[in-house]
Amino acid sequence: MENVQSELREQKSLTATNDFFEKRPNYSDSYDQERNVVIRLVTPPKKNAKAYKITGIEDVASKNNWKAWIYLAPVLILLVVFLLYPLINTIFISFLKNYNYATGTFEGVTLENYGIIFGITQYNGVYETQFKDFAIPNTFVIVFVTVPLSTMIALLISVGLNKLPVFKKFFQTVFFLPYVTNAIAIGMVFSVMFDDKGVINFIFGSNIDWLHSGQLIGMIPLCIYIIWHSLPFKILILLSGLQGIDKQYYNAAKIDGASSGKILWKITVPLMSPQIMYILVTSFIGAFKEYTSVVGLFNGPGTITGTKDMYTMVYYIYDNLSSHTSFAAAAAVFLFIVILAFTGLQFAVSKRRVHY
Amino acid sequence: MEKKKKQKDIKTFFKKTSKKDLKKILKHGLPKKPKLKKKVYPNFAHEKINSHIVLSLEESGRTVESIRRTERIGNIASTTVLYIVITILALFMIFPFYWMIITSLKFNDEIQATTQTFYPSIIMWSNYVYVFQQFKFGTYMGNTIVVAVFSTIGTLITTITAGFAFGRLQFKGREAVFMIFLMTMMIPGEMMVISNYITVASFGWIGSQQTLTEAYLAMIVPFIISVFYIYLLRQNIKQIPNELYLSSKVDGKSDWEFLWKVVVPLVSPTLISITILKFMGTWNSYVWPNLVTNNQDFRLISNGLRGSAFTDSITGITSYGYQMAATVIVTVPLFLLFVFFRKYIMRGVGRAGIKG
Repeated sequence: MENVQSELREQKSLTATNDFFEKRPNYSDSYDQERNVVIRLVTPPKKNAKAYKITGIEDVASKNNWKAWIYLAPVLILLVVFLLYPLINTIFISFLKNYNYATGTFEGVTLENYGIIFGITQYNGVYETQFKDFAIPNTFVIVFVTVPLSTMIALLISVGLNKLPVFKKFFQTVFFLPYVTNAIAIGMVFSVMFDDKGVINFIFGSNIDWLHSGQLIGMIPLCIYIIWHSLPFKILILLSGLQGIDKQYYNAAKIDGASSGKILWKITVPLMSPQIMYILVTSFIGAFKEYTSVVGLFNGPGTITGTKDMYTMVYYIYDNLSSHTSFAAAAAVFLFIVILAFTGLQFAVSKRRVHY
Repeated sequence: MEKKKKQKDIKTFFKKTSKKDLKKILKHGLPKKPKLKKKVYPNFAHEKINSHIVLSLEESGRTVESIRRTERIGNIASTTVLYIVITILALFMIFPFYWMIITSLKFNDEIQATTQTFYPSIIMWSNYVYVFQQFKFGTYMGNTIVVAVFSTIGTLITTITAGFAFGRLQFKGREAVFMIFLMTMMIPGEMMVISNYITVASFGWIGSQQTLTEAYLAMIVPFIISVFYIYLLRQNIKQIPNELYLSSKVDGKSDWEFLWKVVVPLVSPTLISITILKFMGTWNSYVWPNLVTNNQDFRLISNGLRGSAFTDSITGITSYGYQMAATVIVTVPLFLLFVFFRKYIMRGVGRAGIKG
């Protein structure tokens, strides 16, 4: 009896060393004395069992526990002072009545600020209409005109660029040029081009004072400028995505005789959906925050000096920052909520539509 | 004659082949030339068995050759069309730059004329001379460079330490803190501007008696942290293999030494990208400097550009020639930066979109 058991033990020790290097099923043997049989319990091999393991990484790393916080300290301090505290403080200010930032005084907590910027409640006996009439509609027009248009154009251009056999790099660089410009400077160039005696009127034979004829007409050069300025980033991202697509898909589609339009919509766009999603999220956020383009193009908030009909939401915030801090804070909170809602919506849609 | 040719051939052979290859040849003899496999196309015309196939092809009026020919013609035609379309679009992208340079060299009457010229009749270099005299280019440039240099150094330090802590060190709550960092990326900066303005004012950096140092501090300090760059660098540091860390530990290096002697050189391409993008960001920043400075002399280049009047001293009308000359002066440094660091800029901008 003992003989058998000692034999088994020997075997086990041998197999144990073997098991260390090979992926064998683990088993343990035991001897049933009553029935005089050896019972072998087999367990399947562990997945990804490593033949060897470096010990010590965890130990070395975990010793740094408190030192890591020293590395993080400068960032954490700045993050709290200039990111987290302001976030909470802005929300707080948006509920304060007649807040004065210089002295820090206020006259109680109200919801009035929101009412005032949306033109529901009176402020000093007058309805404040700039935010409701100009800032919100302008911003939404910019968002819903420029983002889809520029994304479509960028997609077509990048698909075209990707097909070029030669001069690809050269054209890629040319299309990237508007990115490396000063938004104010090129805005001024556009304002010269769209002048009533400017080159745009000359080429098209029109006689429109683009920059000084009110909100609707002023929107046209603004949107053109924003699209022009936002194309390079999108083309760059889309092109890097296009280069990652396997050529086999296109070959297969060619054999099946698919038209180029069908290839674009059924192969390229679905395969590029992560990049398109990224572009849409960032450019929606960017379009909601449009500001410098208005300053560059119109040199102020309005088409005619004195008016404020080209206000965007952010322009309104900056303009009222020191004079009506609470209004600016309320507008900022509104902008924050809108952007958050939009981003959330996009992520919800992307869960169904984006193929990772 | 033939002998000479052979000798020449041998000489060129020795010149062309490297030492390694020569050693190989001495060991194994000259490599055998691989036999070129000729592609054999079945010649339908001469094979009687396949004559019915040829017939069916000729019945539809198209032989293999003719199909190939039409395909090639179609390919050439479509690529030419593609090139034309891309070139036209590229011209649209470049046109504002061209117009900026052209206008900056024009005589003011020519700019205001009813028929626009696409090339200046008289080249007015004097526009530039006037702008250099009137526009305080040196002051703005100096301010911009000081702010850019210090905010870039600050950003690099905070980014490197934080990226190292998140990417290499292990400590309790790392993932939680990193999640908070990522969440702050979703918040629009306009939310923070209001409170940051108040914070900076409470530090005493804003006011009627603002000194140049205070103005610099107000422009630099809130922007020496960038969550996005920390994220970029953390991803990069995570790719550095464990073995390097362990071997530096074996050599008795501390984390601090490891960070500066191993990590920083390895991630230097990303750091260069960050530096250039940060520089460009400061060059283009308009809003914040405009808010926190009272004195024209403390402002940055974009503020100076939009704030200057550029009116003609005699007529009092805004002179577009002067204005455009100033925009050219502001745009050229960015272009130079782009020419020299194209690779880093495009990679830095494109990096974000790769993983969706």
